[in-house]
Amino acid sequence: MSVLSLIIKREYKARVRNKSFLIMTFLSPLILVGMVFLITYLTQLNSDTKRVIAFVDDSNAFETIFSNTDQTTYINLSSQGLETAKEVSENEEYYGLVHILPDTEDIGFDIKFYGKETPSPGVVESLEEKIENKLTNQILVNKGINPNTIDDVKKEINIGIENYSGEKSSKMSNWVKAGFGGAAGYLLMMFIIIYGNMVMRSVIEEKTNRIIEVIISSVKPFQLMLGKILGTTMAGITQFSIWAILGVVLLTVMQIVFDIDPSATTSVVNSEAQAIANDPDKITEIFIEIGKLPLLQLIVGFLVYFVGGYFLYSSIYAAIGAAVDNETDTQQFMLPIIMPLMLAIYVGFFAVIDNPHGTVATIFSIIPLTSPIVMLMRIPFDVPGWQIALSVTLLVASFIFTVWFGSKIYRVGILMYGKKPTYKELFKWLKY
Amino acid sequence: MNSLLVADTVSKQFGNFTALNGVSIAVPKGSIFGLLGPNGAGKTTLIRIINQITMPDVGSVTLDGEPLQQHHIRDIGYMPEERGLYKSMKVGEQVLYLAQLKGLDKAEAKKRAKYWFEKLEIGAWWNKKIQELSKGQAQKIQFVVTVMHNPKLLIFDEPFSGFDPINANLIKDEILQLRDEGATVIFSTHRMESVEELCDHIALIHKSNKILDGEINEIKRQYRNNTFDIGVEMDASAFAKAETDLQSMFKVSPAEFKSLGDELKLRIQLGEQGNSNDLLKQLQSYGQVTHFTEVIPSVNDIFIQTVNESI
Repeated sequence: MSVLSLIIKREYKARVRNKSFLIMTFLSPLILVGMVFLITYLTQLNSDTKRVIAFVDDSNAFETIFSNTDQTTYINLSSQGLETAKEVSENEEYYGLVHILPDTEDIGFDIKFYGKETPSPGVVESLEEKIENKLTNQILVNKGINPNTIDDVKKEINIGIENYSGEKSSKMSNWVKAGFGGAAGYLLMMFIIIYGNMVMRSVIEEKTNRIIEVIISSVKPFQLMLGKILGTTMAGITQFSIWAILGVVLLTVMQIVFDIDPSATTSVVNSEAQAIANDPDKITEIFIEIGKLPLLQLIVGFLVYFVGGYFLYSSIYAAIGAAVDNETDTQQFMLPIIMPLMLAIYVGFFAVIDNPHGTVATIFSIIPLTSPIVMLMRIPFDVPGWQIALSVTLLVASFIFTVWFGSKIYRVGILMYGKKPTYKELFKWLKY
Repeated sequence: MNSLLVADTVSKQFGNFTALNGVSIAVPKGSIFGLLGPNGAGKTTLIRIINQITMPDVGSVTLDGEPLQQHHIRDIGYMPEERGLYKSMKVGEQVLYLAQLKGLDKAEAKKRAKYWFEKLEIGAWWNKKIQELSKGQAQKIQFVVTVMHNPKLLIFDEPFSGFDPINANLIKDEILQLRDEGATVIFSTHRMESVEELCDHIALIHKSNKILDGEINEIKRQYRNNTFDIGVEMDASAFAKAETDLQSMFKVSPAEFKSLGDELKLRIQLGEQGNSNDLLKQLQSYGQVTHFTEVIPSVNDIFIQTVNESI
């Protein structure tokens, strides 16, 4: 067996057998799923609270709009007058009291909400909406227009989008593409941070165990470094796969057993998403759009950038691990890693989604440290071939450079103890 | 004599610091070679160059006549001063892994591991983790790891530090046996007295320079200065006269050695022209001679002397 595969195997086993790795792998999906259900449950519990709202309608025009719902009961206290109604509401601990004054020429409708505490924006908004609708209808009727006519004249328009050669697409396609790109970029960032750190810790571990000199007298530092990165990557892929499978299984099981719909969470957060989810036409449209994505290009691009980007960063992580004695000393070197990653994510989520082929997006998708994430986000939007070629070339070149650079630092650093290195010193090591 | 390892004017700089300055050594086949010198002299740097961990700036190293190449690491077993093993890995797996890195196949590695574990009576540790072993026990594993692939050249940096006397002796015997079976051994240490008796050849390194090397008895012959420790049994009242007598002829100082009686004990430096037989005859005239030994300079003495001379 070759030395490299021996190292990879050992590294993989060491990672996978590690107790905290096992706990992380099997516990975090449980925790995550648990959280989802807890939040869902709590949100439902929260909105289940019954509210009682009293109203005094001095204008006598809005009585009909206060119809009881599951969550809110309205009580008409118009006959008792404002002062008594206030007292009643306070004593009975109603959620609040709405007071509608009659219409006057100069100030229009004056409506007040009295309550012990400031009401939630949702409640106020829904009241305003009710009153506005009623009022609009009233005015329409006053002007001799049947409110139904308004609905009839409303037309919904969908602009069909087609390119010059006749390929159809739609607004939805941009969102689908952005979704795919964003997910891929985010996944890569998570992967780099989690497993890059793992590579670094593993290097530090060998250093503190002092086994490094024995190993290094048997294999080249470059082989050791590469073996570590590859072994840890495989452990990472294993963990990710287990997470994906466990996540799906657990969600399904919980859904069946507890009959809770996890999409309820999203619906609370994002009503637009709910609207899409409830519209079968839109769902079909999404699937059609997914089908239209350049899947082969996406998969190849994903693999190339994922592997290239991850290796680029993890060799920097390995070099950092080699340069220091313990994990606390790594802080000062974290900035050059975190900065481009954050920059890439922000550029990705703002510039790329706004304009996938704009100057900023294009430049950042070519600069090596940010290109993996930004280009991954751009790929679904059909990037010109020369840009991909340039970006991949630069990525590969800088990957080779960092591995060389990293293994230089690594070779000197792993045998240096007791010194807290500075950037200046690291630079000097290159010349040893 | 046939040399297994030859380092030819090897120099190494770390920034502004010169770790090795044109050091040459030749390690004869089948010998035990002592690489001696105080801390920071450059011994470890030289060893790391031999192990191809660092590259020399100037100079070359040959093993068995060939310039050092990657495959030579299989011919070398190295036990560094900073011992270390994977703490959370099982002993057996670890030994097999490290042996495989040195180029043994798995079956062969298992066979040899079994041999060594039986020999050192440590078979029971096979499934333990290193962190469950004591420091001395881990050192034994380290020793097995070093010798398991039957290297031509064994390098021990500070070999006996960390071993209790019993295990140090055990390891010493194992090393001697390996030498007898044909291996060449390099000991590197700053505690010169600890390996003096074992070495056939030594090289003294001081402040990045080699200041002396050669066959140990040869060196000692060079540095002998006709000095003898003597003991003569006589009436205590005659001590003073005998001492003044001797002082008039030689350089005399008090000597310390173990004896049964209460004799006159002196260290006498005969000088270049002095003849030990004449001294003996003279001593016999005082009384019963119980002690007459040549003082052989220790490597430590030689080292101090050489360093002083070179300044």
